[in-house]
Amino acid sequence: MSNFYQMTLAELSTMLQAGDVSSTELTEHFLSRIKQHDATLNSFITVVKDQAMTQAAAADNALKNGAAGPLTGVPIAHKDIFCTRGVKTSCGSKMLDNFISPYDATVVSKFKQAGVVTLGKTNMDEFAMGSSSETSFYGPVRNPWNIDTVPGGSSGGSAAAVASRLAPAATGTDTGGSIRQPAAMCGITGLKPTYGLVSRYGMIAFASSLDQGGPMAQTAEDCALMLNVMAGFDEKDSTSLEMGIPDYSAGLDHSIEGLRIGLPREYFDAGLDKNVKAVIQGALDQYRELGAELVEIDLPNSGLSVPVYYVVAPAECSANLSRFDGVRYGYRCEDPQDLYDLYTRSRGEGFGAEVKRRIMVGTYALSAGYYDAYYLKAQQLRHLISDDFREAFNNVDVIMGPASPGPAFNLGEKVEDPISMYLSDIYTIAVNLAGLPGMSVPAGFVDGKPVGLQIIGNYFEESRLLNVAHQYQQHTDWHRQIPNNYK
Amino acid sequence: MSLDTDDIKAIAKLARLKIDEADVPLYATNLSNILDLVEQMNSVNTEGVVPMSHPLELVQRLREDVVTETDQRDEFQNVAPATQDGLYLVPRVIE
Repeated sequence: MSNFYQMTLAELSTMLQAGDVSSTELTEHFLSRIKQHDATLNSFITVVKDQAMTQAAAADNALKNGAAGPLTGVPIAHKDIFCTRGVKTSCGSKMLDNFISPYDATVVSKFKQAGVVTLGKTNMDEFAMGSSSETSFYGPVRNPWNIDTVPGGSSGGSAAAVASRLAPAATGTDTGGSIRQPAAMCGITGLKPTYGLVSRYGMIAFASSLDQGGPMAQTAEDCALMLNVMAGFDEKDSTSLEMGIPDYSAGLDHSIEGLRIGLPREYFDAGLDKNVKAVIQGALDQYRELGAELVEIDLPNSGLSVPVYYVVAPAECSANLSRFDGVRYGYRCEDPQDLYDLYTRSRGEGFGAEVKRRIMVGTYALSAGYYDAYYLKAQQLRHLISDDFREAFNNVDVIMGPASPGPAFNLGEKVEDPISMYLSDIYTIAVNLAGLPGMSVPAGFVDGKPVGLQIIGNYFEESRLLNVAHQYQQHTDWHRQIPNNYK
Repeated sequence: MSLDTDDIKAIAKLARLKIDEADVPLYATNLSNILDLVEQMNSVNTEGVVPMSHPLELVQRLREDVVTETDQRDEFQNVAPATQDGLYLVPRVIE
């Protein structure tokens, strides 16, 4: 048995380019790992074996003919929120269990053009609403480090698949922490880009002013390779930024001597698990050894991030999810009596409890007479939260802290208590409200469970984030750890 | 902020969601708790603060008004629950 699964995207790419392995061999290798392990993990909703083998054969041709790019022939997985032509795209919901997408999301089509093979679509919280990947219609995902615990969410399927090396990398989306928090809990590297950098076209909308797609991989170097494919202007997304895209791999080796790291006091307060705090402290010590300077900062309004988010996100979700009407696509109830019955039963039966809760909160917050007290107030506070970051970045280059207040929690532990679930995103949400880029990088373990270091950058500073993360990974090997049952 | 079962039924109606009668009290509890969390927003005075409309203070990009879509009706209607002659079928609206 070969050990391709232990390799990063960058290493697999080098082997493909040198002709040491074919895309067909790699694709078969990962498909067989999925078959072997995913009955336990439940990290995939759909595996597209035949399509993957066809794509691999095409990639092998391109490699032979010298028509290959840096990622041609590597297999990856897509979160099941990205529309994929001819493939079921469920968004983790019964509502879309029968939906075969008639088109590709821009992210999916960019990876196809780059010659990347799609292994399948990964499991997730329903419509990306959750922090544990337990709200999926297809059942919960399990964390490969400890199958009694959750992988985080909502991109928990992608995180678990990469952590167990069923796929060398995957895509994710992050509305309030849904790339960074599962990356932290599964011990992988994840990047949420600046709002507008990666096209949202064909990425099923949850909260349009917060949603952003990004890479989930083993290393910062791999995230850079993926971001090189994913980022860039797309006229099909009205919030896509019209700007040139740098080579995100180019600056990875820069020295971080003299880097100024801001540590928000609010991110190290009593709400942080003391063992997680110790792990983060260890990572910060490593950065100091690499020549960085640590500076305490304040983000005085960050404590309001969770309340603000639980107005903005549900309000936008209630509008976005009004498209699911049982008429044009998706689930339709049996034997509707009239149009009202068709709408209400199709939606009532097609959506799960958390999605219904959020639609109702949003409907209430946007209903006549309540707009100023909720949505307007939240958008004002959002400005104050963003201003805190602007102020901080006048004085520091990056901000660091934990990605999550604790390591992975047990399956079922928070499912009955929405508020405690919401608070597991307490350190990630402000970044989405401000539209900033953020990463989670493996930094150690607590009781065998991974802990993620969050690195937050100023707008468009993805290259710097990747450089800062890569330098850490040159001096540590947390990101190379593989859970025992998957070695 | 506390919502009762009648509030939940009114909101569900606005949101076009059928909620089982037995589940209404739990939704009332859950939503009331969420609104309590949201109430923390009132601890900060935001008088005069401009509401944020875009993280990068950008305005909506406009494009030329030209036809960019091709006709893919048949393909799109393949995933519809019920169609006939290129039309979406719904229960009778006008008697």
